[in-house]
Amino acid sequence: MQKTLETLHKIIIVTGHFGSGKTNFAVNLAKKKLAEGLPVTLVDLDIVNPYFRAADNRDELMALGARCIVPEFANTNVDIPTLPPEVYSALEEYERDSDRVTIFDVGGDNGAVALGMYNQFFEKYGCDMIYVASKYRPLTETSDDALAILREIEYYSRLHVSCIVNSSNIGEETTADDIRASLDWADELSKKSGLPILCTLADERIADELSDIPNLLPIKNATNRLY
Amino acid sequence: MSKKVLMKGNEAIAEAAIKSGCLHFFGYPITPQTEISEYMAKRMPKVGGLCLQAESEISAINMIMGAAAAGSRCLTSSSSPGISLKSEGISYIVACDLPCVIVNVQRGGPGLGGIQPSQQDYYQATKANGHGDEHVIVLAPASVQEMAQLTSEAFDLADIYRMPAMILADGALGQMMEPVDFELATKREVPEKTWAANGTGGKRKKNIINSLYMNPQDLEDSVIARYKRYDEVSEKEVKYEEYKCDDADIVIVSYGITSRICKTAITAARAKGIKVGLFRPITLWPYPKKPLNKLADSAKQFLVVELNMGQMVDDVKVATDCKRPVSFFGRTGGVIPTPAEVLAEIEKIAGGLN
Repeated sequence: MQKTLETLHKIIIVTGHFGSGKTNFAVNLAKKKLAEGLPVTLVDLDIVNPYFRAADNRDELMALGARCIVPEFANTNVDIPTLPPEVYSALEEYERDSDRVTIFDVGGDNGAVALGMYNQFFEKYGCDMIYVASKYRPLTETSDDALAILREIEYYSRLHVSCIVNSSNIGEETTADDIRASLDWADELSKKSGLPILCTLADERIADELSDIPNLLPIKNATNRLY
Repeated sequence: MSKKVLMKGNEAIAEAAIKSGCLHFFGYPITPQTEISEYMAKRMPKVGGLCLQAESEISAINMIMGAAAAGSRCLTSSSSPGISLKSEGISYIVACDLPCVIVNVQRGGPGLGGIQPSQQDYYQATKANGHGDEHVIVLAPASVQEMAQLTSEAFDLADIYRMPAMILADGALGQMMEPVDFELATKREVPEKTWAANGTGGKRKKNIINSLYMNPQDLEDSVIARYKRYDEVSEKEVKYEEYKCDDADIVIVSYGITSRICKTAITAARAKGIKVGLFRPITLWPYPKKPLNKLADSAKQFLVVELNMGQMVDDVKVATDCKRPVSFFGRTGGVIPTPAEVLAEIEKIAGGLN
C-alpha cells in the first residue's frame, strides 16, 4: 500500500543528511497534524547542530497546542548534547493515547545514533522512519550517494527507513524548475532503495506551479532568520 | 538549470579549499566549525588528499607548518579559543614566510566563552595573531557564497605573498545554509614554489626554512623585507563593498554577518527618509583605509556595528583621521542584535544630526 501522510504510523522519525531539510519538514508536518486536530509531540533529538534547529520553533508550536521536547542545553552557550529524560514520557504518553502524533527530529548522519537508546520502544510500538534527502546537497547529489547515507543512518539508528521525502531545494532561490529537475533523482533513489516517495516538498511560494506533482507538500520555511 | 548547491558556510569553506587544490587538512574539533573537519574527513580520501584530526590545535598548526614548508596547499580551521592555541605556530609560519590558510569561525569569548556567533577576535586577527612584528591577510566573508570565494582567493593570496591568510567568519556564517556556485571563484596566477623543502632531486641546493636568526641585524633585515611585502599587499589587495553610500549622511561600517543585519536596518531607515549607507570591509587586514577616508568627506557621521565591545571602531577612527564623529553599537558574548536594534541606533544618530 502506498504510504501517505495520512496513513503514516503515529510515531514518526525524521532522519537525513546534514542540512537536508529535516527540521523544516518535521515542523511543517507537526503544524499540518495540529491543523487536522490531532495531538502532537515534537521531540528535538538533534545532538549534532549547535543552532538553527527545531528548538527555534518551540514557542510557535506550543502556541498551536503542541508539546515540544528539546534538549536542556539547546540554543544555550554550551555544547552539551544531552537527551532530555522527557523523551521517555513522550513514549509513555503515546502508549496511553495512540492518536497522539509523536515526531522525532533527529540530527544528521551519525546523529541517528541518538535513536539507539529508544530502540526497545520503537520495536514495541512500531514507527515510520522517514529519510529526507535533497539533490542539491553536495554529498547526496547522486542517487547512489544519497542511498549510501540512507544505509549509514539505518546502521547508526538500528532501524529501517520506510519511506523517502524529496526535499530538494536551494533555499530561497529555489525555482519550480529546480524541483522538477530533482524528480528523476528521487525516482532513482526510490528504485535503488526499494522505498516509496512519501512526498515532494515545495515552498508555498512556488507550490502552485507544481500542483501536477503527485504527493506535493507545500511547506513554509521554518528556519530562524537573523536579518 | 541551476549549478548551485545548498551548503552550510563551513562546508563551503571545505569544498572551496578542495577545489583550490588543498591536499592537507589538519584540525581539532570545536563548535561551531566542526563541519569543516567532518566534510574534509569524507571528501579528502576521495581526492587523494589527507584529513588528519590532530591531538590538539597546537599540533595541527605545526603540521600545517610542515606541509606548507614542503610546498603543499594546506588548511587548518578552528574557533576562537583554538585560534589562541595556534598563535605561536602562526608566528613561526609568518617568520618562515610560508603560505597557508587558517579559518576562524568565531564564537563567544573570552575564555571558553560560548558556542554562539561573535566577532570578538577582530583585534587578535588583525593586530596580533602571534608574537613579533607580523601580519596575516584577513578576509571577512558575509555570505556562504563568499565563504567559498574568499577561501579560494585566500589560497592564491597566501601563495603570491608567501604569508598565511585567514578567513575570519563567525558561527552564524558557519552554520547557516545558502546556495553556492563554485564556478564563480576567480583563479590567479601564482608563482612556483622554488623555496619549498621538498627534495633537491640532486639537482639544486638545499632549501632551508628557519625562523631563528643568530645575528640581530639579519633578523631586522628579514622583518624589514617582510614589511615591504606587507606594503605591497596593502597597496594592491584591499577589498570592500559600498552599499548606498553615495548620498548617505550616516555610514555604517560593519563586516561579516553583522553587515547583513545592518543592510536590513538600512532598508528600514531609508523607508523613513534617513539617508544611511553601508561600508563593508572585506579585507580586515589590509584595512581599506583610503576609501573610508574618502567617504569621510561626504558622510556626516559613522556608526560602527560589531559583535563585540568595540574593536574595529578604532580602525575606522584612524582611517577617517577623526574627520567625522564615529559612534559604536555592538552586542557581545554570542548575542546577535536584531535589525530593529540597529535601526534604533540609526534613528538616535539621525535625531542628533537634525
